[in-house]
Amino acid sequence: MSWLHLLILAPFIFAIFVPFLYKKMNQRIHTGWFVLLIPLILFFYLFTFIPEISSGNTRTATLPWLPAYDINFTIYVDGLSLLFALIIAGIGALVVLYSIYYMSKHREALHNFYVYLLMFMGAMLGLVFSDNIFVLYVFWELTSVSSFLLIAYWYQREKSRYGAQKSMLITIFGGLSMLAGFIMLSMIADTYSIRTLISSETLNTNTLFIPAMILILIGAFTKSAQFPFSIWLPDAMEAPTPISAYLHSATMVKAGIYLVARLTPVFGGEAVWFWLVSGIGLITLLYGSINAVRQTDLKALLAYSTISQLGLIMSLLGMGSGALYFGYGDESFVYAVAIFAAIFHLLNHATFKGSLFMVVGIIDHETGTRDIRKLGGLMHLMPISFTLTVIGGFAMAGLPPFNGFLSKEMFFTAVLNTAEKSIFNLDTLGFLFPIIAWVASVFTFIYSMILVFKTFRRKPTFVRVDKQVHEAPIGMLLSPMILGTLVVALFFFPNVASKYLLTPAWESVLPTLAGDLSIKISPWHGFNTELMMTMGVVVFGTIMYRFLKKWYGLYDYYPDSLTINHFYNLGLQSLEAISEKTTNRYMTGFIRDYLVYIFAFIIVVVGGALWKFGGVVINHSTDAHVNVYEAGIIVAMVISAVTVLFSKSRMTSVIAVGALGFLVSFLFVLFRAPDLALTQLVVETVTTVLFLLCFYHLPELRKEMSRIPFKVTNALISIGVGVIVTIVALSANGTRLFDSISTYYENSYKLAGAKNIVNAILVDFRGVDTMLEILVLTMAGLGVYTLIKLKSEGRDKDEGAE
Amino acid sequence: METLMCLLVGVLFSIGTYLILTKSLLRIILGTSIIGHGVNLLIITMGGLKKGGPPLLGLKNLTYTDSLPQALLLTAIVINFATTALFLVLSYRAYIVLGTDDTEQLRGKEDE
Repeated sequence: MSWLHLLILAPFIFAIFVPFLYKKMNQRIHTGWFVLLIPLILFFYLFTFIPEISSGNTRTATLPWLPAYDINFTIYVDGLSLLFALIIAGIGALVVLYSIYYMSKHREALHNFYVYLLMFMGAMLGLVFSDNIFVLYVFWELTSVSSFLLIAYWYQREKSRYGAQKSMLITIFGGLSMLAGFIMLSMIADTYSIRTLISSETLNTNTLFIPAMILILIGAFTKSAQFPFSIWLPDAMEAPTPISAYLHSATMVKAGIYLVARLTPVFGGEAVWFWLVSGIGLITLLYGSINAVRQTDLKALLAYSTISQLGLIMSLLGMGSGALYFGYGDESFVYAVAIFAAIFHLLNHATFKGSLFMVVGIIDHETGTRDIRKLGGLMHLMPISFTLTVIGGFAMAGLPPFNGFLSKEMFFTAVLNTAEKSIFNLDTLGFLFPIIAWVASVFTFIYSMILVFKTFRRKPTFVRVDKQVHEAPIGMLLSPMILGTLVVALFFFPNVASKYLLTPAWESVLPTLAGDLSIKISPWHGFNTELMMTMGVVVFGTIMYRFLKKWYGLYDYYPDSLTINHFYNLGLQSLEAISEKTTNRYMTGFIRDYLVYIFAFIIVVVGGALWKFGGVVINHSTDAHVNVYEAGIIVAMVISAVTVLFSKSRMTSVIAVGALGFLVSFLFVLFRAPDLALTQLVVETVTTVLFLLCFYHLPELRKEMSRIPFKVTNALISIGVGVIVTIVALSANGTRLFDSISTYYENSYKLAGAKNIVNAILVDFRGVDTMLEILVLTMAGLGVYTLIKLKSEGRDKDEGAE
Repeated sequence: METLMCLLVGVLFSIGTYLILTKSLLRIILGTSIIGHGVNLLIITMGGLKKGGPPLLGLKNLTYTDSLPQALLLTAIVINFATTALFLVLSYRAYIVLGTDDTEQLRGKEDE
């Protein structure tokens, strides 16, 4: 256990105290103030790592978890994980601060909210720091679970539940396929450690290499909302806005990006990886940006824009993976820049999208709506929010002087470089890269403008009756303001971030090139193609934005029945219908059917095992001899048992069963078991009396009116059970693996001062067993008493209600 | 003797199972009771039969029969009694409240 482990576990540990803090203190102090401490401490603690990590060092710490299976909680801190962790803790702190003002302490169930939030924070930190793939998987699924809980935070709303279920189904599906991929990968490389995986070579010759890659990518794509798994993200916007800002734009959805970046050294340089990651990324980029323009809800617009930006980062990682194809040299450096752009944009996106989400939350909070058609003219009412939206929106559109401009330019550089290359068949399809990138950027520009101007300019079309719309309190604005400042600061001082955060992360993605990677970011490169493309985006985007009304109708031509959402709903409905039908077929509610399943299962499993492993051993050499009394008793027992089977009168059945019991006690006498015989005699007498008493109240036995197949099935199954039990008994009798341990108890006089061995076992050697037996007897007695004495009034009331 | 006992246990299990699979609650209880006897006899048979005197030290025998199965059975008999009693009263109660002892008519309602 090291400080690093404590770092990951701290949010989980603190979460335990949150409900108590909420209960005791919430009337005076908002619970969020206590929670805020955790991400703040984590952030500053992580900050102290920067000098060490940026100079190229790494840190590890191991805590044994399942050492027998070589699964240990190993923490590995390098540039990539540190960057992610700083984002997680940093944005986490800002989001908690923001939530203090967003979530009312009087109306909301804050303890749930903060427990889930802390659980997510810990899981996400664990995810990025884990070196063991299975530990990583556990944290991965924990983030899915906490995301589910947070989306369903307002679980009274149907849409929240729908969105939560959708995200759960999709991300868990991806998580499971990722697990399968991890297992394959560990089979190929014979290790569970990511570091060892990265350093092992010739993995790609194995036949499982490509399947493992695809399965892992499915996990990454579902988590990072890549096309066509992206449909869960817009519905996840039902979560409270701080959560949307934190999980569904800044951190959790980047887990897929993290995984792809982390495994780039393993899979990079493969054509399949290159095309899947960059291709799916580009499709997602285009799909998200086109759909974002269509949205009328501000949060939905941001959700689609997040999908689109995640696609951008993903495609950059794909393009950058080409660097590993060459191994070393100038050629690979051209690709490597794409990886840098991905990391840079990841940071930029976290800043500007986080602030935009928070501002949208403010607008929602102050005006009561997020509908673009109702909003407008807020510029004068909410000047600070407006400024923040301009900063975030323009950064998203890729305009100077904001950080988005820099990474967008680098993105254009990357696609242009890729288009010129000839590896992986790029000479035929490569020209598509810049085209898709440019078109998507135009749409990105349009939706950014919609976000900024439709909300804040124009005349307001809504009237809020109950209160005047005004600027939000300073506490609420503080977090987006910090993020907005970062957006601008990153534009003017990108090389500081590059030196201390981005380059170390870059080197961990491309470890073979480490040491030679350096880049100087500057906003001005002269009049090159990238700048032309940006200017084209601005000009064309502005024109299209001006004439939005003219072509907006085009969206309506796309039929709803062809959307992925539609297919998802259809699939879910039919799955539910099928499972209901199948379940109803065998869950009949008729107890006999369930018993048939159980008995048939016993016959098949026990019989099958006996047959398969040759367990049948019949050996009666050690048998005791049979004398005539015993034979007589056994015949009598069979007769009385058969009588029960065929008797039509309940009195006969009861007496026959009673007779059977008494015959058993005779057998006990013959078998030298006096205690058993006595007990059996007493119990049998009482049972028979009880039977007779009860039967007085119960109806006459009817003749079993059943169809022949019913009886035949029953007969077959019962004979099967009898045969199996006989065979098991005979085989067990014929196979004595161990000597009896009873000789120990024969010393009972010395050990326990008892001359009756059986009694000594019961009360001395196994006293606790006997005590529990008495407990069972007591419970049964209480049950009997209650069932007889309890009046059926409660039941009648229930029936009245039905 | 052991072989014969195994066969007897098989017969008791068959008959008990058949009774349990019928629709009448009464027969089901009788069936469990018979299977209970079968189990008890099975356990004592597995300890070996008549291998010595009764497990009472006062009798000063040279060998004793296996005492452990007997101790187990003593518990089993009593627990068996408890469950049978509970089961009986439960079926009595079910009959009083629901007016039938036919398990087919005791099925849950559709919407449950």
